[in-house]
Amino acid sequence: MATDKTSFQLVINGILNENPIFRLVLSMCPAVGISTTVMNGFLLGLGVLFVQVCSSVTISLFKNFIHPRIRIPTYTLTIATWVTVIDMVLAAYMPEAYAKMGIFVKLIVAFAIITMRLEMFACKEKVNASFWDGLGMGLGFMFGMMALGFVRELLGQGTLLGYDILGFKPLLFFVLPFAGFFCVGLMMGFFNYVEVVYKRAKAKQA
Amino acid sequence: MMRSTEMIKRVLVAAILLLCLPVMAKAALITDKSFGEEDNEIVVKFASSVDRDAATTIENYTVYEESDPDIRLDLERVAVADDGKSATLYFAEPLNTLKTHVVKVRNITPAAAESFKVSKSYLGYLLSILIGAMLINNFVFTKYLGLCVFFGTSKRKDTAKGMGVTFTIVIVVSALMSWFFYQFILKPFDLNFLQIVVFIGLVSLTVQAVDTVLRKINPILFNAFGVYLVLVIANCIIIAVPLILADNEFNFFESFMLSFGAGAGFLLALYLMSSVRERMELANIPPTFKGIPIAFVVAGQFALAFLGFSGLSLF
Repeated sequence: MATDKTSFQLVINGILNENPIFRLVLSMCPAVGISTTVMNGFLLGLGVLFVQVCSSVTISLFKNFIHPRIRIPTYTLTIATWVTVIDMVLAAYMPEAYAKMGIFVKLIVAFAIITMRLEMFACKEKVNASFWDGLGMGLGFMFGMMALGFVRELLGQGTLLGYDILGFKPLLFFVLPFAGFFCVGLMMGFFNYVEVVYKRAKAKQA
Repeated sequence: MMRSTEMIKRVLVAAILLLCLPVMAKAALITDKSFGEEDNEIVVKFASSVDRDAATTIENYTVYEESDPDIRLDLERVAVADDGKSATLYFAEPLNTLKTHVVKVRNITPAAAESFKVSKSYLGYLLSILIGAMLINNFVFTKYLGLCVFFGTSKRKDTAKGMGVTFTIVIVVSALMSWFFYQFILKPFDLNFLQIVVFIGLVSLTVQAVDTVLRKINPILFNAFGVYLVLVIANCIIIAVPLILADNEFNFFESFMLSFGAGAGFLLALYLMSSVRERMELANIPPTFKGIPIAFVVAGQFALAFLGFSGLSLF
């Protein structure tokens, strides 16, 4: 079964229709835990993007050699290998950012989104399509993390990427760690609302 | 003649006794020592009253953690009780009471210098790890781990219980195996960079083993819990715990307590959340918030409530 979507459609699908954070509700741990700033979201998003693309391509390449009964352990070990790579690269070249993200880089290995994409997409599709799907999912995750970071950093600290934007701190509450739960819940509700309004407007037009 | 030898004998015995006195007395010079009520205090009790001036001089004390002898802890002041038999040491910074502290005392007791160790009882320490992992640092509400599975399986109480119990069993087994592999294979052969691969591999192995064993031995139990086994791998906590164990160099008992506490904490969080979500089915919630979004807001409130446990110390 090959997908008939173009590469562009696959990427857009990952960013919008099946956004890992707001639509599939997978990989919520980092979305709540370290989305306090845009930069954090960007860096972890980069890590996930790398792991997702590499694992998707790897599994897609070897899909005919993997026995179906041991496919899940195979996926896990493939992901673990790529996570080790990105973990060591970040620790060596970006020690400060790595210290901030703490244990979450290593935990990419248990993010449900990556295993799920391998199981649902990469093990059936061609290498090319898997690459674009992985890219879309990774970008979607990065976009979700940065959107959360944008709201939390702007409302909590009045800054963006460390630059002072507002000059005051509207809702200091959003910086506190547990506010991640509230932020994710409220933003999901907001996106649902936008969708409802959009559909209503479309129905009126028609 | 007879009398003088007797005299010499007596003098000798007396001299020997006198020489031995400090040694004999040393055993009981300090009768008791413990951490005080505040976390920056150490209380020392002496057998007899001590010289007040000497006992209140800060320079007469040297305190450090047993694991870091080079880092001397800053003493702020020393208060001596009215009868002169006990002294309270106040430190500038709160002490890490989980660690063993070494106190060296000079010129206060009849012996010129003396050192002793202050520590909590080991069983209390183990229980504090358990309580810490379960409540104070609850993995779901204060470390934000395992959320995918947490939101996925907390819709009904039955599911919550099944998932929690399965997870606790798997995490204890896999964490202890990871501990063994880390201490006896990864560390001696300097293979630390393989941590992630080995730990996640062990988790998959445990899940597969529990699956096979349960299927053969107890099919009824397998029917109840089997569906949750696959989900266990997608839970961040299962890989976070071995990494924490490796970072902190815990021993076997500490590892058991931490992994058990993590599992029990997850079960507790799931059960609490499922109770609320069952009630929410009946509540009138705005349609855009139905399902997952409102669950997140509730989880945020739980996280706020769990903040109340921080600073809890029972032992």
